[in-house]
Amino acid sequence: MNDSATAIRIETKETPDAAGAEATPGAIVMRDLSFHYGKTPALKHVNMSVPANAVTAIIGPSGCGKSTLLRTVNRIFELYPDQHATGEILIDGRNVLDRKYPLADLRRLVGMVFQKPTPFPSSIRSNVAFALSYYERLSKSELSDRVEDALRQAALWDEVKDKLNQSALSLSGGQQQRLCIARAIAVKPEILLLDEATSALDPISTAKIEELIHELSSQFTIMIVTHNMQQAARVSRRTAFFHLGELIEFGKTSDIFTNPHEQRTRDYITGRYG
Amino acid sequence: MAVPIRRRAADIIAFLFATAATAFGLLWLFWILWTTLREGAAALTPRLFTEMTPPPGSSGGLLNAFYGSAVMILLGLVVGTPIGVAAGTYLAEHGRHTRTAAVISFVNDILLSAPSIVIGLFVYELVVVSAGHFSGYAGAVALGIILLPIVVRTTEESLRLVPDQMREAGFALGLPRWRVTWQIIYKAGLSAILTGILLGVARIAGETAPLLFTALNNQFWSSSLNAPLANVPVVIFQYAMSPYDEWHTLAWAGAFVLTAFVLILNILVRLLARKGISK
Amino acid sequence: MNATLAHKSGTGATPWKSGASADRVFHFITASAAWFVLILLGAIALSMAWGGRLAFKTFGWRFITSSEWDAVAGHFGALVPIYGTIVTSAIALIIAVPVSIGIALFLTDIAPRWSRGPIAIAIELLAAIPSIIYGMWGLFVFAPFMAAHVEPWLNDHLGNKTLIGPLFSGPSIGIGMLTAGIVLGIMVIPFIAAVSRDVFNAVPTALKESAVALGSTRWEILSRLTLPYTRSAIIGAVFLGLGRALGETMAVTFVLGNAHDLSASLLMPSNSIAAAIANEFTEADTDLYRSSLIALAFLLFVVTLIVLTIAKLLLLRMNRQFGRTH
Repeated sequence: MNDSATAIRIETKETPDAAGAEATPGAIVMRDLSFHYGKTPALKHVNMSVPANAVTAIIGPSGCGKSTLLRTVNRIFELYPDQHATGEILIDGRNVLDRKYPLADLRRLVGMVFQKPTPFPSSIRSNVAFALSYYERLSKSELSDRVEDALRQAALWDEVKDKLNQSALSLSGGQQQRLCIARAIAVKPEILLLDEATSALDPISTAKIEELIHELSSQFTIMIVTHNMQQAARVSRRTAFFHLGELIEFGKTSDIFTNPHEQRTRDYITGRYG
Repeated sequence: MAVPIRRRAADIIAFLFATAATAFGLLWLFWILWTTLREGAAALTPRLFTEMTPPPGSSGGLLNAFYGSAVMILLGLVVGTPIGVAAGTYLAEHGRHTRTAAVISFVNDILLSAPSIVIGLFVYELVVVSAGHFSGYAGAVALGIILLPIVVRTTEESLRLVPDQMREAGFALGLPRWRVTWQIIYKAGLSAILTGILLGVARIAGETAPLLFTALNNQFWSSSLNAPLANVPVVIFQYAMSPYDEWHTLAWAGAFVLTAFVLILNILVRLLARKGISK
Repeated sequence: MNATLAHKSGTGATPWKSGASADRVFHFITASAAWFVLILLGAIALSMAWGGRLAFKTFGWRFITSSEWDAVAGHFGALVPIYGTIVTSAIALIIAVPVSIGIALFLTDIAPRWSRGPIAIAIELLAAIPSIIYGMWGLFVFAPFMAAHVEPWLNDHLGNKTLIGPLFSGPSIGIGMLTAGIVLGIMVIPFIAAVSRDVFNAVPTALKESAVALGSTRWEILSRLTLPYTRSAIIGAVFLGLGRALGETMAVTFVLGNAHDLSASLLMPSNSIAAAIANEFTEADTDLYRSSLIALAFLLFVVTLIVLTIAKLLLLRMNRQFGRTH
């Protein structure tokens, strides 16, 4: 009881005031966010402000709700009938959890990349253009340009520029994941959600993608979920520590890792429990 | 440490029994295939594919039967595949977590193993009685109804094999469900669905009972589907049961072609499936 | 700064508005197709019940108990076809169940790994062979074989024993319940064997390995671990085989004969529901005759439905335990 009160106090000290955050495009404000799988609670009254144009890492032991948190932002959980979220998630001042907020608008605003690379069974070009050709009416050359832009931003252009028509499945794991990133950013979202996006990759691909995340953070609000604390320390500006569905501590990454306020945070960081 | 004799004996008996059981099963397979090959190959002549079914006591071919079977199988595919794929899509996608879908899937599996003669009678009551005559259309409908649950099941299973994360990736991009299904899921599951349909074709190619009261048979060349239509299984049935030697020979020839067709399809499908896995 | 502000001015139309209605149409089409399957089953049952109502009304319960089948006089009783169906299916299961479990044991434990795939495929090919081929082989090759070599032996050695004697006495014509039962058994083997093999493979290796570590023999593992563990599924597989056997038409039509008399001897011809319909429907010239055959079909359909439902329920219970789809 005492701890969570402290956590909220710390959190509000660190972040800009809620009203200001709402006004910044791409910032996310979560208010009293709770989540249930059937009757089982997975997130409990989370209050958090994710800053725009920065990388925020979500860390915590398995089952703490970090992936669940990410999946509330783009409401991907609505695919499953027994999963419910309550509370508010404000993006650009509007509550996106509201039933009336159009799902397609939200999903254009928020891009998501999953743990296992999921290229669609078609060509590289077609993968990147997938959502583009759905959302916007572009001429063939405009489409090509946008595809190239996205691939360049995802640091994949040089490797695939000569084989855009080849199947996406012919790429290596790391390349496929960068393709998924290119696909997600092609529609120019404001927010990018990366759910353990490097867990299934080798160290070299992981390093490339971490570099990518760093470059993209100047343009997008990025939330990454990771069980790799070193990655969180390397890549993010702010870190949120979750435990059993509660936000325990949220602050500057350097502070969290060198001088956490909460005992539970300290225990996790020092490896007392995984 | 030696195992006591009694336990060892029981073990050896089990070993021998299992081996004998397998040999037993394989024995019948080879005996049946060998018989079909021996009798059928002797009756294989080019005339088989160029002449019509002959009157009793004379020889001829099975051309009209091959034609009729081919046409009815194709039409059966037209009847059964679209509904089957659509239903399978509902079970795997839209209705995935609903009780309705679970019940329908259950019922579908039962329909899959239901006696095909009952389906033949059903189509008789539905189509033949109302039209007043037997027809190739009725036969095609009967084959389509037998094919339907096969396609439903194979579509449902194939689509379920597509990983959930691929679906979520499509939805996360904001695509509506129909696009996610058409542009992503179908493409991913296509080869599995097709192999399932091919197996379905192998199954309906050999079905006799449902054609007995629908398409019946036709001695002459018939391209009209609105009348009794010659087909391989019923011809084999009638000729085999007859007292005429020439007809017996033709029946064996037809049996050989039918078996070869079905076996080749089955083996082809397995080879394709294996290639898909190793990819 | 934030270059993504551009999207808010909205370059294209809102395609997702049409996405919503297209989704509704798609949903409707797929749901209708799914419901069609359900409706189809009901329609078949209703159609058979309707077609058989004349016979049911005319004969009442006597339809099931009477063995009289007289087309001329218009008396039809289902006892002989029902009896023949039950007996041939029973023989089929007596043969198929132990053989299938033996094959499953062979494929999961005994056969060298490289041979398991090909042998399994060969067994499955038994299911792929059309039943009319079984029928032809049965009529022209197997029945004569039975008549020449097996039935005389049975008649001589078992025909005069007490109790089982009547089962095996009679002329050796080859065509009859025993031959039909054997052919049916062969046809049913691949179904039971396939499910058994899958289910044997699904037993957790940790369990099997701990039994081996304790010194259990192969037979002990099978009888004390595998079979009890997979009992529901095996019974489910047996019901599945039974469901197939009950409805099998062409193979039985060729080798059962088309007798209308009840006989105790397995060597004698008889009739099955499916065979009776196949043999006589096109010749049925009166409404009552046709209705009797359709009434037979109704009985067969209902019984098969019940058997297959039990099979499915048993197999589903095993899936829940193992977490697989079958």
